Amino acid sequence: MSAPAKTTRFVAKDALIALHSARDERDVVITTMSPARDWLTLTPQSPLDVVFVPSAMGHATSLGLGLALAQPDRRVIVCNGDGSMLMNLGSLVTIVGAGATNVIVLVFQNRVYEVTGAQPMPANPDFAAIARGSGFESVFEFSDSDEWASMINDVLDAPGPVFAVLNVAPDVGIPGPKSPGPAGERARRLLDALRS
Amino acid sequence: MLTGSQIADSLEQLGITHVVTVPDSTIGQWQSEIESRASMKVVRVCREGEAWEVAAGLELGGARPLVMIQCTGFFESGDAIRNVLHDWKLPIASIIGYRSYLSQETLPGDTCLVFTEPVLDAWKMEYRLLTKPTELGVITEHLAACRAANKAGTILVAEGKA
Repeated sequence: MSAPAKTTRFVAKDALIALHSARDERDVVITTMSPARDWLTLTPQSPLDVVFVPSAMGHATSLGLGLALAQPDRRVIVCNGDGSMLMNLGSLVTIVGAGATNVIVLVFQNRVYEVTGAQPMPANPDFAAIARGSGFESVFEFSDSDEWASMINDVLDAPGPVFAVLNVAPDVGIPGPKSPGPAGERARRLLDALRS
Repeated sequence: MLTGSQIADSLEQLGITHVVTVPDSTIGQWQSEIESRASMKVVRVCREGEAWEVAAGLELGGARPLVMIQCTGFFESGDAIRNVLHDWKLPIASIIGYRSYLSQETLPGDTCLVFTEPVLDAWKMEYRLLTKPTELGVITEHLAACRAANKAGTILVAEGKA
């Protein structure tokens, strides 16, 4: 099930800039891999940003589900890579099964393992079809940054769980994200921010 | 060996809010009793590595999760355990079913018996082995002590055949 390559792809960082502007101050935003690298360049940073570095392979969606279940009155937005999504496809079924309607999964589909040098993936599946088949309530796909920017609030406000594929171009040769500090300390700060 | 009621009582004493699980033929028998308690929810995941990261998110969000899986799934979970317990230093409690421990004389050769405890040691997981119902109190004692010390704690529950 390899989806045809989109003829139009947009710059991943542009997608994140739009998200950075559109997110509500109560939203939790989880980033991993390339999206984490680019998100860290955007200011201001929020105490509810979870830069999932170091990570376990492909588990940003699972972390997001747990946060969403614990914080049902907040939206939890997960900015995932397509390689990461492939490593944990079952988590889409888990999210639906858990009844977490406040999860928004954004897959940045650049069709390569970008942070390791843009090696090809086993295949490039139709993630939107997988999300629909898993039972996601709202599914979107974007290949144009203007369309994404104009629709982003509709995506964030759609009945959840929400899934969106962003067809982006790979940034080849740029190193992956670095940890913004000891994870244990960041965990404590996030817990405090969610309680305040 | 243990009933769902005994396990659910123990988890309630510990203040557990979510049990994140993949069943086996022993621990799976406890699900309905756990689910019947108003204080706890069962989160069913597709594969055990997910369980640790779902639990991590729950913990970060202020809940009190427990991971409940079989040792085979524990073997699958290594990268997530490394990340959750050692990178993010989250004090996640767990109950791990020890496949074939009670059937060693009649069912020798299950490699779970070879690898389970050495792998728990390798991941630096503080565990207590529970082999008979009279040891039920070990669950609350060990997991509460680990929680008080802000450390992850594990109960290894002896099981029969798979």
